[in-house]
Parts: sequence; structure tokens; C-alpha cells
Amino acid sequence: MAKLKFAFYWAASCGGCEIAVLDINEKILDVIALADIVFWPVALDVKYKDVENFPQGFIDVTFFNGSVRNSEQEHLAKVLREKSKILIAFGSCAHKGCIPGLANLFSREEILERIYKNTPSTNNPKGILPKTEFENLTLPEFYEQVFPLDKVVPVDYYLPGCPPPTNLIIEAVEKIAQGKLPEKGSVLAPVKALCEDCARNPKEAKKMPDIKRMIEISPDPKKCFLEEGVICLGPVTRSGCQTRCINANWPCTGCLGPTPEVFDQGAKAISAIASILALDKEKSLPEEELDRMIEKISDPVGTFYMYSLPSSLIPKRRRR
Amino acid sequence: MRRITIDPITRLEGHGKIEIFLNEKGEVENALLQVPELRGFEKFCEGRKAEDMPQLTSRICGVCPVAHHMAATKALDACFGIKPTPLAKKLRELLYCGYIIYDHILHFYFLGGPDLLVGFQAEREKRNIFGIIEKVGKELGLEVIKHRAYGQLITEILGGKATHPVCGIPGGVTKGISEEEKKRIEDMLLSCKDFASKTLEIFHNLVLSNPEYVRIFKNENFSLDLYNMGLVDENNQLNFYDGEVRVTTPEGKEFIKFAPQDYLNHIQEAVVEWSYVKIPFLKEVGFKGLVPGKESGLYRVGPLARINVSEGIATQEANKEYERLLSFYGKKPITNVFAYHWARLIELLYACERGLELIREEGITGSDLRNLPASGGLGKPKEGVGIVEAARGTLIHHYKLDEKALIKEVNLIVATTNNKGAINLSIQQGAREYIKRDEITENSLNLIEIFFRCYDPCFACASHSFASPSLTFAIYDAQRNLIASLP
Repeated sequence: MAKLKFAFYWAASCGGCEIAVLDINEKILDVIALADIVFWPVALDVKYKDVENFPQGFIDVTFFNGSVRNSEQEHLAKVLREKSKILIAFGSCAHKGCIPGLANLFSREEILERIYKNTPSTNNPKGILPKTEFENLTLPEFYEQVFPLDKVVPVDYYLPGCPPPTNLIIEAVEKIAQGKLPEKGSVLAPVKALCEDCARNPKEAKKMPDIKRMIEISPDPKKCFLEEGVICLGPVTRSGCQTRCINANWPCTGCLGPTPEVFDQGAKAISAIASILALDKEKSLPEEELDRMIEKISDPVGTFYMYSLPSSLIPKRRRR
Repeated sequence: MRRITIDPITRLEGHGKIEIFLNEKGEVENALLQVPELRGFEKFCEGRKAEDMPQLTSRICGVCPVAHHMAATKALDACFGIKPTPLAKKLRELLYCGYIIYDHILHFYFLGGPDLLVGFQAEREKRNIFGIIEKVGKELGLEVIKHRAYGQLITEILGGKATHPVCGIPGGVTKGISEEEKKRIEDMLLSCKDFASKTLEIFHNLVLSNPEYVRIFKNENFSLDLYNMGLVDENNQLNFYDGEVRVTTPEGKEFIKFAPQDYLNHIQEAVVEWSYVKIPFLKEVGFKGLVPGKESGLYRVGPLARINVSEGIATQEANKEYERLLSFYGKKPITNVFAYHWARLIELLYACERGLELIREEGITGSDLRNLPASGGLGKPKEGVGIVEAARGTLIHHYKLDEKALIKEVNLIVATTNNKGAINLSIQQGAREYIKRDEITENSLNLIEIFFRCYDPCFACASHSFASPSLTFAIYDAQRNLIASLP
């Protein structure tokens, strides 16, 4: 069989997805046996011009990580879509927008003002900002908001996670090798919720006695976080990560994205918490006391939409 | 004026682009490194929960997430006024050793090292990890993969996840290690130490025994007189995790030493229209533009700068190698940009030795993992600064919290940002050396890239404000018409 052609590209991302590819370790040699890597800026000296000169459909599979934050990334997303038979949104940024997507809570101007004018170490007496054109030098345009990849070009598959767990990467490559990829549009991860894999799961509908922050308590490593009062997104998040954060005594923050039946991960998490919070005391507690408990949920957007704001029902802060 | 563009620059972390300007005679007049991205962490972290910061900011960089995780955790220690337990401090530093191991191996074998090991003149198709495996054999290739993975695995055992760990919390860590994990970590560190020594041997055999490289490593044209900056311990020795920031002058004298919370008295950042990354400088000296020398406030950070500000290394074998480096140059500070590679390998050995010391500490499998904030509640959080040495240099996180322990303000000065001025100057040196009139070849442009790779720059980090990983080269004529570009 002729070798396949793979490309790896990062847009607005942290580089963790590239490291995740390296983390398949010696299996990278299997990948190289299976496919030629025709574009991978972090490891190979292939330039944009080379990619633009590829014929249409030249690349069999592009693994695209990072969200689309500026005009250069949008351009590369379009180029790679055209050159690729299969485009995989790789990692939480390309999949859902991820943590950098929290920037959608602010306007472009607020971000630029803070960084270039108002941080305490900045010395900028003339109040200058980087410019897309300056004395013949150009920079890409910084967009008003962060987009997950599928808001910019059609995506064939999604490999979730921040970064994607290596076991899921290996499975995906095996499926490609065997020509056994599922239906287009699929997320290449298990469908069940993380709670089903969790050793701390009491298997019963839980009740949440109160709201606590990790800063206030040291949770018992054997007990369900929710039952300890700590918000955990396990009930609404896909499994596939082998509960690594939870094993390190930190609750799930949702990086693998929602389970298939859930459209808006944050909204579903809010509804799940609301249904178990002070469940046993609901009838006896006065309304104000319940309100007070809800008030204790600090930073709801950052908590429930840590990885998914740009792909949620309301992807950007609305302004009057 | 002619202009050359290289876009994207490759084999680095993050996105970048180089613009070179030639004058009427075809000589390099200027060369600029542009970072074409921004993400805006300093803004969008506002309103977030304090305890989420070690994880939010680790997404600045997936290559050095541990550095951000730890700078954030230490900044929170300071905000809440609590010290980590002695055991937690050891575990944090041990985690840090795992990170330095995988990151320095990554740079030497995947990113910058191929320029040296495969060779400056090799075709670009060969200058990568696969070219190295071809040159030195699959066996070594597998060793590289194995030991980079060990660094990641040590980090994963201690941090929960290798990329984007979750263990850091003010006053300590969320997770300890078992006897079995201790044994695994110790075995991996022993193996990594052998591998670090072997890597230095390769470096001596392939690079320092080659007269052509020795000329490059001693070429005065690749030397920069700048201030140096890095964390040191109480004996002024190399330390990644803790200590005070020491700055030495271009002549090698101590210029200033300051505690993390005082960084604003000493560092400022200039904004330029042509790049999304700011240019930090020493406040006492001032910003004079992209120029070297004692009158210029620009400074260097990272492995070579750390060697320059340190008076020796606390572990035996790394210190021996440090002495070899000093005797090769015969003077300090060491100013040739290529010495960064050597300094990085010395640090790799140090991280292995230091990790072994820590894992063998009595009580390392204990359970006293965390001091809770005063009165078991949120206390009265204020303001705090956390500084660590990321693989690529000094990393500063500074937070202000409100009474509910939500983030009110964030300021970040990231390793590669600190090097922005120095990298630019080195690229100018490379361009002057390798771009000759009418002789602009693909290889000469690739040679310029070799200069920024010495710094192991991470523009994902530097562009925490912006975000997109790639670099470009373009060449323009005297009228600023584009005449050549890469890609």
C-alpha cells in the first residue's frame, strides 16, 4: 500500500497538542512507517509556501490543533482544508475553543489595552499598539473572538482533550491505518461520561451538601468530589482520559468536552449541579439560604465553560 | 532597500516570522523577528478563581506547562501568605526536574540540536529528529524517545498529567507519591542521568571536536554583550525552582539581586508596533532600542544567562561540565550564542542529579502535603509574585486578588519575552554573516534560523498575549519591494 500523507499544524494553541503527539513515544515510528509527514512546523522545515503549492487533496489526514484567533490562522485552516482529504480538529482548542476561548468574555480592545498599555511593567508613554501594517511590516489581524475550527471550515473528526490523551491518539491512528474511521463528524473518544470510569463514583445519584472551593478544603481522595461539595464536571464530560486529574485529587474541569447527548456542556453542568445541591434539605431550607448557596459558585463562566465557551450557545459576551 | 521574509520559522515552539532589510549595497541593514500572534491571558484571567490559575496559565504553553503551573502556584502562595510544607516544596522541585529533563531533551534532539548534529550545511529535509536517527542510528533514536518520555512520566506521576499538571495548590500539592512510585522515579532518573552524560559525550564528539564548529562557537561576530538574568540560590548557584533574581553586567559583575516581589522596580517592557511581543529591559538602564552593550537595558535569560549569573552548580557532575565550558571560553560571561546549547546540556545533567537528590530525601513518600490558608477559609488574599526559571528563562507571574479570591489583575513576563531583544540581535548577526549580496539561497536563510534556535524560543509562551505558532522570512529591496521569501 502506498504511504499516507499526514500534516500537523497548530493555530492558536499552546503546543501541548504537539507534545501529545510526541507522547505516543516509540509509536511515532509506526506513524512514520504508515505515513510521510509532509508538514509539521515544530519538527520539519517545510514552509507555508510549500503547503500552498500542494495539489488539492494532497494530504490524506491533517491533524489541526489550536483555535482560530487571527487572520493567518484562518488562512491556514482554509489552505489545509483544501489540501486535505480528512481534517481532524485535534485537541480542545480546535474542538471547542478551550481556555484561550475565555478571551471571548472581553472585547479585542479591552485585551489590547490591558496588555500594551495597562500592565504594571509596561512602559508605553506614547500609547502605541502593534499594527497589522507598519512601515511595510505586516502582522495578522487579531480577531474580535476565538473560533473553534468548525466555525471556520468543515471538520471531519474531533480528537478531544487538553491535550488529547495518548491512548485516544493511538486508537485514532490505528483506525486510520485500518480504514475503519467512523461516520464523519464523530468525536474519536468514548461516549460514556467520566463518572462511569471514576473510582470515587458512589454509583448512586449524589447529593451535594454545599459548595466548596479547592482552596478551602483538602478533599478525601476516596470520596466523590460532588459529595464533598466541590464542583466536578465528570457527569457531563466524556471519558477517555483515564481520570488522571481526579487521581491526582483534582476534580474534572471538562477538557474532553460534552458527552454526545449534551449540546452545551456548561448549561448541562449547571443543571446537573442544581438538581443535586442540598437535595435533602430542599424542603426545609429557606429560599435565601438556597440563594446563598448558589452565590457560593464563584466565577460560573470560568467554572462551567473552562474549555467550551466559543462553541457554547452564547459564544461571546453580549454587549449593550 | 531589499527585504527578505522567512515565514514561518520552523523547529521552535510557537509562531514567528523574520524580516530582513538590505541596503543599496546588498548589505543587511536590519533584521526583525516578528511574533504574529496574541491570546490575551492577562485580560481573560480576570474574574477567574485564584486556585484555577496554575491550570489556566499552564495553557500558555504546553511545552513548559510546569513552569507556568509552578510560577502560578508560587504566586498564590504569596497571595495567601502561606508557605508550602517542606515535603510539598521537595515534590514541586522534583516535578520541576522532570520537566527540565524532557524539555531540554526535546530541544537538543528535535528542535535546535539537528542544526548541529546533522550539520549546518545539510539539506533542510534532513535537519530534524529523523535526520539525527539516520545519522547516529535507530538505537540512539529510541534512547531519545525513551528518556524524553521518562521526563514526561516523572511529571505525570507527580502532577497528575504531564502536559498541564493539576497538583499545584497554594500551600502545597494535592498529591504525594507511593513507595512504588518513588522507586520508578528513581530508576528513571538514574537512566536519564546516564543519558544526559551520553548526550554530552555526543556533543563533545560531534561538535566540540570539529574545528569548523569550534570556530563558530568562538566566532566574535556571534557574541553579544548584554546583561544576564536568572534565579540563584543563597550561594548564587543555579536554581530552577526558588531563590532571588540575579542580574550581572556585560562584564560579569553583579548589577542587582532582587526578591520576586520587587520585580517591578527592575524590569519594564517596551511596546513596538511591529510585533505582538513586548521587549523587556532593565528599568535602571532604560530602553535604547535593539542595541547591545552596557548602555542598553536589554538582557538575556535562559541556560547561558543562568550559567553566567551563577557561581557554580551545586551538583558534582554538572559542575565538572560547567568547569569545562568555562575553560573552553577562558572567560565569563560567555557571550557566544551557540554556547546556549552546551549550557542547556549542563542543565540537563544538573536536573537529573538534583532530581536524584530529592527522590532520595527521607520522608519523600510522606503525607504532609499541604498547609491550608489561615483559619481553614480563604483568609484575606492580597497580591503575590511567583518567579521560577522556565527551561527558556526567568518567568514571572504577578496576581492581585479580590476578597473572594477571584483574580483582579494579572501581569506576566514570560521567559522568551525576556529574550525578545537578544534573539533579535542574534538574528541580525546571523543575517549579516550569511546573507551576502546576490547570494540569497534557501540554505543561507535556514542558517539564520539556526540563531534563534539557540535560545529555544517559545513564542507560544511569548505570545501569551497573542497566539499562533509560525515564523516567516522575507527579503525586500531598497524600495521595500519583496524579492524573496520563505516559505
